[in-house]
Amino acid sequence: MSQQNNWPLWEVFVRSSRGLSHVHAGSLHAPDAQMAVRNARDLYTRRNEGVSLWVVKSTDIISSDPDEKDSFFESPQGKDYRHATYYKASEGVKHL
Amino acid sequence: MASTTPQEPGLSAVPSYEEEQSQARFDALINQDSRVEPRDWMPEPYRKTLTRQVSQHAHSEIIGMQPEANWISRAPSLKRKSILMAKVQDEAGHGLYLYSAAETLGTSRDELNDQLLTGRAKYSSIFNYPARSWADMGAIGWLVDGAAIANQVPLCRASYGPYGRAMVRICKEESFHQRQGFEILLALSRGTAAQKKMAQDAINRFYEPSLMMFGPPDDQSPNSQQSMAWKIKRFSNDELRQRFVGMIAEQVKVLGMTLPDPELRFDEEKKQWIHKDLNWDEFMEVIKGNGPVNSQRLERRREAHREGAWVREAASAYAAKQAQSEVA
Amino acid sequence: MKHDELDAALDSFGDALASATRVTPGNALRPEDIAVDGIAPGEDVAQYALTLGDDALILAQRLANWISRAPELEEDVALGNIALDVLGHARSFLTYAGLAWDKTEDDLAYWREEEEFTSLWIVEQPNGHFGVTIVRQLIVSIFQHLLYQKLATSQDETLAAIAAKAVKEVDYHRDHAIQWTIRLGQGTKESAEKMRHALEILWPYVDEMFRDEAVHQNLESIAVLPSTLREAWQEEISAVLAEAGLEIPATGQAMAYGRRGEHSEHLGYLLAEMQVLARKHPGASW
Repeated sequence: MSQQNNWPLWEVFVRSSRGLSHVHAGSLHAPDAQMAVRNARDLYTRRNEGVSLWVVKSTDIISSDPDEKDSFFESPQGKDYRHATYYKASEGVKHL
Repeated sequence: MASTTPQEPGLSAVPSYEEEQSQARFDALINQDSRVEPRDWMPEPYRKTLTRQVSQHAHSEIIGMQPEANWISRAPSLKRKSILMAKVQDEAGHGLYLYSAAETLGTSRDELNDQLLTGRAKYSSIFNYPARSWADMGAIGWLVDGAAIANQVPLCRASYGPYGRAMVRICKEESFHQRQGFEILLALSRGTAAQKKMAQDAINRFYEPSLMMFGPPDDQSPNSQQSMAWKIKRFSNDELRQRFVGMIAEQVKVLGMTLPDPELRFDEEKKQWIHKDLNWDEFMEVIKGNGPVNSQRLERRREAHREGAWVREAASAYAAKQAQSEVA
Repeated sequence: MKHDELDAALDSFGDALASATRVTPGNALRPEDIAVDGIAPGEDVAQYALTLGDDALILAQRLANWISRAPELEEDVALGNIALDVLGHARSFLTYAGLAWDKTEDDLAYWREEEEFTSLWIVEQPNGHFGVTIVRQLIVSIFQHLLYQKLATSQDETLAAIAAKAVKEVDYHRDHAIQWTIRLGQGTKESAEKMRHALEILWPYVDEMFRDEAVHQNLESIAVLPSTLREAWQEEISAVLAEAGLEIPATGQAMAYGRRGEHSEHLGYLLAEMQVLARKHPGASW
C-alpha cells in the first residue's frame, strides 16, 4: 500500500492586504511550482484572505539555527532605547 | 521544575550538558506559556505524542468528509447543496493544515497517509457511523462539530506553534459549520411532521457518540496528565464534556427537540451536569474497527489513493522532465 | 464556547495571525440579490438564461462527486472550489430565469422533468477517471470562458452582471484544466493513453455546444450565438492539446439535442439522485 508520492512540500506565505507583509500560512504538497501556487490559492484564500501568495519549496528555505540564537540575536538585547516604551517622561503627551 | 521526560532506551542515563540545557529551554517555553517552534529542541516523547495527536486530528477531518459528501448529490435545495459542499471542502482544507503541522515534526505526509490507509492510525470514532438521513447533516454540524469546537478552541493555545496556528485557522472556519448544522435542524424542526421526526431521529443517534468524542472519563485516561503538562491538552476530557453537555442542553430547547437522555440534569450541589452512563464498550469496539462503516470509510480512502496513483505519477514525471530541460 | 468568547480567544493571537484569516465577504452579485432585486426577464431571455443555468447545474452536480474521491487532497479542494463556482452560476441563472414564471431556483432544479431540462449532453457525461473529467473541463471551460466574456457585454444587465463575475471564475477553471491536460498528456505513457481515451469518448459532444438553436434567436445584443465561439474555441483547445502532445480524435458527432429536452441516457439517473429527497417531501422547506 505504501506508495512514494514525489510531490515535494511547499511553504505558503500570504499577504492579506496592501501595506502588510507576507505571513507564513502553512504548507502543502504539489508536483511543481505552478500547481503549488494554484493549490495555495485554493487552500489559503477561500475567504478573501489574500491579495498575494508566495510559495517556496521547503528545502529552499534557509533558517537561523535556534541553538545559535544567543549570538545571532544578541545585539538587540539591552538596547531598550530603541523602543518607545523606554521613554517614560513623555508618557501622556498627546500625539507622541 | 524537574524534567518529567521518561528515560528512553538507548540514551545514556546521565543527560549531557547540552541535553540538560535544551530540556531547560524547552521547560521554560512551556512554563511561560510560550511556543515551541519546529526547529526548537523538544523531548522525543513530546514529538511523538504531538505527531500522533495532530495526525489523528488530520485523519478525522479527512474521514469526516465522507458522511457529509454522501449527501451533497441529494441535498434538498441548491443553497443547502452549496453550503454542504463548502463545509466538506473546508474539512479537506483542515486536514491539509493539520498534516502540514504534523510534517513540521518530522513525519512525511506519505508516511502519515500510509498509516491511515493500512489501518495503523486512529481517527475520531464518530465517523464510523453512517449518515442515514438529511437530518444527519444537521446533527453532525450541531453535535459533532460542536464537540470538535469545544475540544479545539483551547488548543488554539497549544504549546506547539504550528499546531496552535492551524487550530486558530480551523476554529474560525468551524464556527460556520456548527451554525449551519443547527440551522438545518431548526428548519426541520419548523417543518412537516416527517421532517420533525427525521430531526429527532438524527439527534437520538448522534447524541451519545458525540459525548464520547471527548474520550474516556478522566480516571481512565492515563496519558492526559502528561499532555496537560506539555500544554498540548488544556482541559480534561470530563471538563470539556461537561461544558459541551451544558451548551447543547440549552440549544436543544430552541429546536423544540429532546436529547435522548432521561437522566440529563444539572446538579446544583455539585455544580455539574449529570448525564446517562455512556456505552464505552461500544466505543472500544468501534475504535477497534468493528463499527458500522469503518471498512467502508477506509476503503473509500484506499480507492481514491489507488485510482489516483496514475495522476500523481504523471504529475511527478512531468515535473521531473521540466526540471531536466531547465538544466539542459 | 460562545462565539464572542471564541472571537476574544482568537483575537488574543494578534494581528499577524488574524490578518491571514480575516474574512472580507466582498460585494459580488449573489443569487439572493437577484431573487430580491431582479427585474423579471421576458420569456425569450428567461428561456436563454435557463440553458445557461442548466449547463452549470448538471456540470456542478457531476463535479461535486469528486469531493472525497480526488487523487490528492489538494485536488479535493480544487475540484470542490470549481464545483462551488459553477453551482453559483447555476443558481444565479436559474433564479433570474425563474422570475419570469414566478418560480424559484429550487422549483426549477427539483420539480422539472427530464424533458424540461435544456442542458448540453457533454455536461451530463459521467465523470469517468480523473482524465475524463479534466478533458470535459477543458472542453467546457474554454467554451464557457469565451461565452461569458461576450455575455458580459450583454444589453441585459442581469445576464451581463452574472457573466462578469462568472468569467473571472471560469478563467481559473480553464487554467486548472489546461495545467492538468499538459501534465497528464506529457507525464507518463499511461497518462497519455488515458487522455487519448478521454478525448475519444467526449469529442462526439463538441458540435452540440456550438449549434444555434431556436432559444438563441431574436436576442441580438442580449444572448451569445454559440456558433460565433467555435473558431476561437478550436484555436485555443488545439494549442493546448498540441502542447500536451495530444491529438484531436477522429470521431463522429452525436445527434445530441439537449437544448430541445432530448437527452442522453445519463441524465435520468443524475436527476433521480439529485431530486429524490426534495420530491419525497413536497412543499417542505429546508
